[in-house]
Amino acid sequence: MIVVHLVFVLASAPLLLGVINKTKALVAGRVGPPLLQAYFDLAKLFRKESVLSSTTTWVFLAGPAVSLVVAVVASLFLPFTGPKAPLAFRGDMILFVYLFALGRFFTTAAALDTGSSFEGMGAARELTFACLAEPALFFGLLALARVGDSLELSTVLAVSGTAWRTATAALVLIVASWFIVLLVENSRVPFDDPNTHLELTMIHEVMVLDHGGPAFGVVLYASAVKLFVFAALVVHVLLPQLANPAANAAALFGAILVIGIVIGVIESGMARLRLVRVPQLLITASIVAAFAVVLVLR
Amino acid sequence: MSALLVFIGACLFIVSGLMALTRNVARHLPAGIHVLGSLIGLIGCALGLRGTPETLALPWGIPAGEIAIRVDALSAFFAAPVFLLAGAATLYAEGYWPSSRPRAAYVRCFFGVLSGALALVLVANHTIFFLAAWEIVALASFFLVGTDTTDSAARYASWLYLAASHVAMLALFGVVTLMHSMTGTWRFALLASDAASRPEGRAIFWLVIVACGIKAGAMPFHIWLPSAHAAAPSHVSALMSGVVIKMGIYGLVRVLSLFPATPAWMGGTILALGIVSSVLGVAFALAQHDLKRLLAYHSIENIGIILIGLGAGLVGRAHGAMTIAFLAFAGGLLHVWNHGLFKALLFLGAGAAIHGTHTREIDRMGGLARRMPSVAAGFLLGAIAISGLPPLNGFISEWLVYLASFSSVGQLHAGWTWLLLVIIGPALALTGALAAACFIKAFGAVFLGVPRSADAASATNALAPMRLALLPLAGACIAIGLVPALVAPILALVVGDASGVSGSVTSTFAALQPITITLALLISVAIIALVARTRRAPYVPTWDCGYAVPSPRMQYTASSFARGLVAFFAWAMPPVVDKPRPFPLFPAGAHFETHVPDTVLDRTLLPVLRRTKWLFAFARYVQSGRVQLYLLYVGAALLALLIWSSR
Repeated sequence: MIVVHLVFVLASAPLLLGVINKTKALVAGRVGPPLLQAYFDLAKLFRKESVLSSTTTWVFLAGPAVSLVVAVVASLFLPFTGPKAPLAFRGDMILFVYLFALGRFFTTAAALDTGSSFEGMGAARELTFACLAEPALFFGLLALARVGDSLELSTVLAVSGTAWRTATAALVLIVASWFIVLLVENSRVPFDDPNTHLELTMIHEVMVLDHGGPAFGVVLYASAVKLFVFAALVVHVLLPQLANPAANAAALFGAILVIGIVIGVIESGMARLRLVRVPQLLITASIVAAFAVVLVLR
Repeated sequence: MSALLVFIGACLFIVSGLMALTRNVARHLPAGIHVLGSLIGLIGCALGLRGTPETLALPWGIPAGEIAIRVDALSAFFAAPVFLLAGAATLYAEGYWPSSRPRAAYVRCFFGVLSGALALVLVANHTIFFLAAWEIVALASFFLVGTDTTDSAARYASWLYLAASHVAMLALFGVVTLMHSMTGTWRFALLASDAASRPEGRAIFWLVIVACGIKAGAMPFHIWLPSAHAAAPSHVSALMSGVVIKMGIYGLVRVLSLFPATPAWMGGTILALGIVSSVLGVAFALAQHDLKRLLAYHSIENIGIILIGLGAGLVGRAHGAMTIAFLAFAGGLLHVWNHGLFKALLFLGAGAAIHGTHTREIDRMGGLARRMPSVAAGFLLGAIAISGLPPLNGFISEWLVYLASFSSVGQLHAGWTWLLLVIIGPALALTGALAAACFIKAFGAVFLGVPRSADAASATNALAPMRLALLPLAGACIAIGLVPALVAPILALVVGDASGVSGSVTSTFAALQPITITLALLISVAIIALVARTRRAPYVPTWDCGYAVPSPRMQYTASSFARGLVAFFAWAMPPVVDKPRPFPLFPAGAHFETHVPDTVLDRTLLPVLRRTKWLFAFARYVQSGRVQLYLLYVGAALLALLIWSSR
């Protein structure tokens, strides 16, 4: 089961990037890159030679390595292919969030390893926004733990899918808050623009400026898996469990692709926020999630 | 056996310290005796952690005094890191402060006395003996903080420490006297079952909060901590930050364990203190430029996490929710060990960096990972652990506290304390994210990138004993993180001793353990694979937009790195900015400086004291500084008491 799960996640994660880019192209009236472009990019990058910065140490390579490992391990706590997640235990929801924090720790350390001021700036922004996004995630988890009366991520997500009638308002608030968290955690518009070409304005892209070849391939792959896992997390809050496992997996996959389309539409429709506005939006996300907690505790 | 071994270990510490004062002693003998004391003490603690309390009583010439030692699981639990850290720090000092360095005997002596007295505080079963050992710890720390007598900041820090310690001591006198009046014995004894609702009981609670809050450095009682930990020699800072401040936690836990029951508001008070300390402690840490002050503020944060665990445990127990109480107590107490381990690792690593670069300024270091790779690896390990990230030990204890908080949601609705329990999750998450940001800043600016000063560029690797001392600490951080089941039986005993709550985290850890081990394995494999794949990669300069003359000063500084988050907390810690307008049209020079003063000490306490110091002018008549006069006071006071008691 764990093998099927891993194959599914690892194989389908880059597709989401394709969906986003295709949506953006269609909205803009372009043909755009093929849906499978991310796979081609990865295949090319893994074949290439690498070049390292002369100031770097092993920490520089630990960044990509750790971020891929944590995204894959975190995916194990969500059900993708079957009715249950491959791993589930009491309190795994906290580990889920902390895994991504570990990934962020190494990504930012790798950025500082180059001694570049651009990359330092990107790392500082990444960590600043993460600090503000973390409470939103935890307020949401608290509310879900109450709704699902459990501390297992997959269990509370299964309950939340069927609790739509009883806890509608709270679940809507959680989804709204977590969607903002999804955008900031994965460096999407309006927090960061993955397609920008000016180092000063980037966040995630600037942190990996000096990574090239296979190392950059791992970076790209890790961020695709992370986006896929976050999309699945948000989708699971909404999605009721279907009796047929195949239909269940298909519904989940379809819904994740819908998230991709939504992200694509948002990116087509709005520009990046000014940096000073970002904390305000993130605090809003935290407050929205806190309201969800108030609603379920009422 | 355990009580005797711990006592022998503590005595060997003191002997090794006093021995350093004598001349003609073999060069490594005091350190050898100290390490021997550590090993004996650790065996004693291991025996004590099996759960059967042991006592040892020796006569003592002081009226009403008695050298009474009792090693139960709680004492052994707090004493074990003292022996481990003192041993590691001694080993470290052989390289860091060898006998050829000035004031070596002075440092050695007070270090031995400090560690010995500290071990005795934790196993004392008699309040007078407890107070005496507590005072010796305070005095020895005072002398160690002031080691560098040529540095006015160190002198100031040591006096501030002494003053704060004595306020704590005064409150502790109150606690001991009140306990004596309630129980009729000078030994630690259980209070009456209604003690918490009686006025004396409440007075004990508030006094112990003040005494132990000051000692542990909980915000807002932390005023002495940052400067003292920054000024002391690094191996002393490791001991002070790792275990001396835990004396306050021990005092709090010990005294509260004497209350048969505590109302929820007591737990709520400690919980609130913990939340404030953890969030604001880490916020202040982010604003620091001095590596050791930064680590010192992190001690405040971690004391906050410990207090959150203890407070949540007390609230849970008051409401009869024993599973929640057990998880919270276990998390808080395990964090006592964890913080001791990773904080000592960080201070020793920082000490090596400071030793190599001759500065404590983060922005004057840089690139040390190439010059001292093993120290960098140790510091990185400590940084991951202190940020509470899996798979290391910091995550394990914070995770237990999270579990307690999450389990309480919707269950404990009585009173106002439930609100605090709900806030624990988001507050700890914020603290963890801020701590990670702060340690990326510190690790990145100190060890990564290119050297930012000539001293940093010419730094040499730390000496072998210094590197060796990091090993046991790093090993313990990894062991508790990967195999938490090792500590599950210990936690059950210690929580039982501390609070009477029984429970177990064995099954909780059993589910987590395979995942932490797998995670560590996968990460190691992935890093090794990527390093192997890029082994033949050519090295070129970092991408700098094609700029022709890159200089180390173009790197992002630690201060800029933290600026966004520091600005976010400006409501609690307004920064002082010195930025004169460049003038005239072609200015000759310009400078920019910013620092964040401590809100409690520099912005509140000192201004108030400066305005009110005339009120204390009368004290000058009494406090003349002449020893004869003080002896006269003591004699007069004794005489007065004698007359009063024979009335």
